[in-house]
Amino acid sequence: MKFELLASVLKRALERGATAADGFVMEESEGSASVRMGEVETVTHAHDQRLSLRVFAGRASAAASTSDFSRDSLERLVDEATSLAKVTAEDPCAGLPDPQELIARAPDLDLEDTAGEELTPEQKVELARQCEAAALASDPRITNSEGAEHHDRRTHYAYATSHGFAQGYGATRFDVSVTPVATQNGDMQRDYWSSSARKRLRLEDPAAVGRTAARRALRRLGARKIKTVEVPVVFDPESAASLVRALAAAASGPSLYRRSSFLLDRLGAKIASPVVTIVDDPLIPGGLGSRPFDGEGLPTGRTTLVGAGVLESYLLDTYSARKLGLTSTHHASRDGSGVSVSTSNLMLLPGRDTPEALIRSVKQGLYVTELIGFGVNSVTGDYSRGAAGLWIEGGELAYAVEEVTVAGNLLEMFATIEAVADDLTLRERTVAPTLKIGRMVVAGH
Amino acid sequence: MKDLAQIRPESFFADRFNVTASLMEKVLGSSLIGRVDDADIYLEYCINEDLQLEEGAVKKASRHVSQGAGVRALSGTRTGYAHTDDISIQNLEEAARQARAIADRASASTAVAVPSRGKPHDLYALSEPPVVTELTRKLDLLRKVDAACRAADPRVRQVIVSLSSEQVVMLIATATGWTVGDIRPLTRLNVTAIAEEGGRREMGSHGGGGRVPLEFFLEADRWRRFAGEAARQAVLKLGAVNAPAGAMTVVLGPGWPGILLHEAVGHGLEGDFNRKGTSAFAGRMGQKVASELVTVVDDGTLANRRGSLNVDDEGTPTGRTVLIEKGILRGYMQDRLNARLMGMTPTGNGRRESYAHPPMPRMTNTFMLAGEDAPEDIIRSVKRGLYAVTFGGGQVDITSGRFVFSANEAYLIEDGRVGAPVKGATLIGNGPEALTRVSRVGRDLALDEGVGTCGKDGQSVPVGVGLPTTRIDDMTVGGTAV
Repeated sequence: MKFELLASVLKRALERGATAADGFVMEESEGSASVRMGEVETVTHAHDQRLSLRVFAGRASAAASTSDFSRDSLERLVDEATSLAKVTAEDPCAGLPDPQELIARAPDLDLEDTAGEELTPEQKVELARQCEAAALASDPRITNSEGAEHHDRRTHYAYATSHGFAQGYGATRFDVSVTPVATQNGDMQRDYWSSSARKRLRLEDPAAVGRTAARRALRRLGARKIKTVEVPVVFDPESAASLVRALAAAASGPSLYRRSSFLLDRLGAKIASPVVTIVDDPLIPGGLGSRPFDGEGLPTGRTTLVGAGVLESYLLDTYSARKLGLTSTHHASRDGSGVSVSTSNLMLLPGRDTPEALIRSVKQGLYVTELIGFGVNSVTGDYSRGAAGLWIEGGELAYAVEEVTVAGNLLEMFATIEAVADDLTLRERTVAPTLKIGRMVVAGH
Repeated sequence: MKDLAQIRPESFFADRFNVTASLMEKVLGSSLIGRVDDADIYLEYCINEDLQLEEGAVKKASRHVSQGAGVRALSGTRTGYAHTDDISIQNLEEAARQARAIADRASASTAVAVPSRGKPHDLYALSEPPVVTELTRKLDLLRKVDAACRAADPRVRQVIVSLSSEQVVMLIATATGWTVGDIRPLTRLNVTAIAEEGGRREMGSHGGGGRVPLEFFLEADRWRRFAGEAARQAVLKLGAVNAPAGAMTVVLGPGWPGILLHEAVGHGLEGDFNRKGTSAFAGRMGQKVASELVTVVDDGTLANRRGSLNVDDEGTPTGRTVLIEKGILRGYMQDRLNARLMGMTPTGNGRRESYAHPPMPRMTNTFMLAGEDAPEDIIRSVKRGLYAVTFGGGQVDITSGRFVFSANEAYLIEDGRVGAPVKGATLIGNGPEALTRVSRVGRDLALDEGVGTCGKDGQSVPVGVGLPTTRIDDMTVGGTAV
């Protein structure tokens, strides 16, 4: 049905004067249940759909999308896209990929939960309740909560082009999360933990998620401000993953051809310490970021972004590759406004040390557990973000620290990663192990 | 598309989807009223157009249509929410049944929903909303901005100009018998310049807009100013030195630096966090939380502003809420749910990103009222500090009160004079403390140009901020120069 819909939309686009077109349909049903202090808070149930169309009139292109699949609306969609394409400028790099490069048959990456029944709202409420209850029960100082949530979604993607390609796949995702609040002597701190999986039964035990969240909130109690210092900084896996995301953003095609990236002209150059290897692997069975083909129908594969400190590849779709005189790395992703670049399962590969060993190697320094704000300049790599975490004194985590910033430059930061720990888990689409940066400025009072 | 300029929400949904106000009321009446504490049905139709120029040509143009309905049932603290993107009476009935099933499980509550009173405002009726304006005029504007930005300085190497326009038609029927619609135009022009010199590269950007027609950008050569500002900022940063690190006196310029208020106090004064007791401001009503120079309001009733609304997304007319008056905490921003549970009045701050999201308390236009000082006197009063005039985004942890916001354009202040430009740096503070250290407030209140988008729980809504020149003693600046 979706392929028929796409075929008729693409056919109409050609009739309206488009020389080529491609389309993407996303259909999703999702539901969530949240509980706060043991009481049901919000339960949602939804169905969403969207058809995104991209048309080419020679070398000019335009895009349109709609959530209304009625015949009238789809006809309007085609007409609007084709008339928009008539006013946009010719661009020699625009166009669909070579049909011969399109994937012949999408691999089954085991992205869909096909076992068992859909959960009822009551069952979702119960899972959220277990998660929050475990957090609340784990320590008397956990006095409040922003709530716990169970969320699931089932999505189907279909992609087709005017030269006859049509493939699709289904995916599911389940999440359970909680945000407990810890209180002590007037100090109030919250933290968060979650578990996500393609298969419901692969979710971590909700109670374990709750206990981890509680532990994270508790260790922030009694936070102190510190003096401004220049010290080694150890990033926990979640904050380390944010550094990897920032690097990937700078390596993505659109930021490169716009000359707005600190990785411009650095392909093949040493941009990080030799302990840093970053790969993007879309073919991990059941991976949260896995995809059998990219947003242009091209087969996906493992890309080494950084190999032992050397920038080995950029992340490109067909258009940005042509702009840069390179070939696509098959990182196209679709959103309503056309094609963009995104990563799949992006990982900084683990080293041999334990995270404890990294912390033990620091006489005085900061262990970062949370970063907030937007202080990353992707053009220069200049970096300045708010941080919270724990002070390291004599190789031990000593006390909580807050209201500080960590600052540097991403290139210098990646170059001075002294060690990478062995604690990598694929708990999100972008992951990293604990890592240690030799020196950074930590601003306090 | 022309029809979008003149339509009334009631007839729009009746004509297009055969859903009339009386049918909506019937769905509410038959399945929700009397069984739950509060309920509503929200219909939305949104057209969005994005145009983007890069490398001197408009190569990206896209148009998007979203439509859908959300049905909400509230019992006690419970919310049942179901939405569909297929607007029909059958689907509304099904959504109402699902929403009620969810809320039904609650024990009966004694809190009663208050009717939304007052007339909707008329803040942004446009004879020609930006989505219906001819494409050629918009493309001309983009090309003019591009040329002006490149002409502003030879070091400008790349220019990206984007214009996005949106028109939302909404209609809401509430269980208290109130059906109200709104038509909301919104547009934004944004310019990004990349300047290069001697192997160094920097980016500057500027933009603005609001619930305004395309003419807004042509008035007083506003487009030319945006282009020039983006170029100026990019070139200026080429010569920026490392920002200082540590606590110092900070002077914030007027306008967009008002993001300070949004992060430091705004989120912490949203009703939901205070009802749950998870805000650093919880239980502090009537207490001193800022210097007596500080009066902060949230005002959704300013004509044509990006953060303004005739009615909020629950049908409540927006208002002007005093949050802090001369340093004393005076008010929270409320939606219907939290107002009901806290025994307060909805303030017209119930907002949602779209029909796919249940509403929650959100800001509209949040700003500090003007003081008495001349801005130049405020700078002269600082021996050593930071003068920050343009900011990127900010974020807050409402529970601990810690907030950050990142300066894009800032200068050192030395002996009362504005000195060298410094690289971007994040400023960090604690909400309930930071404003107690406001020691000077200028008479130059300005609102931002219309660029703000606020995210909360995964929902984005357009907002405004404003600030007069403000001196804050002792704030941590996250630079690298120790």
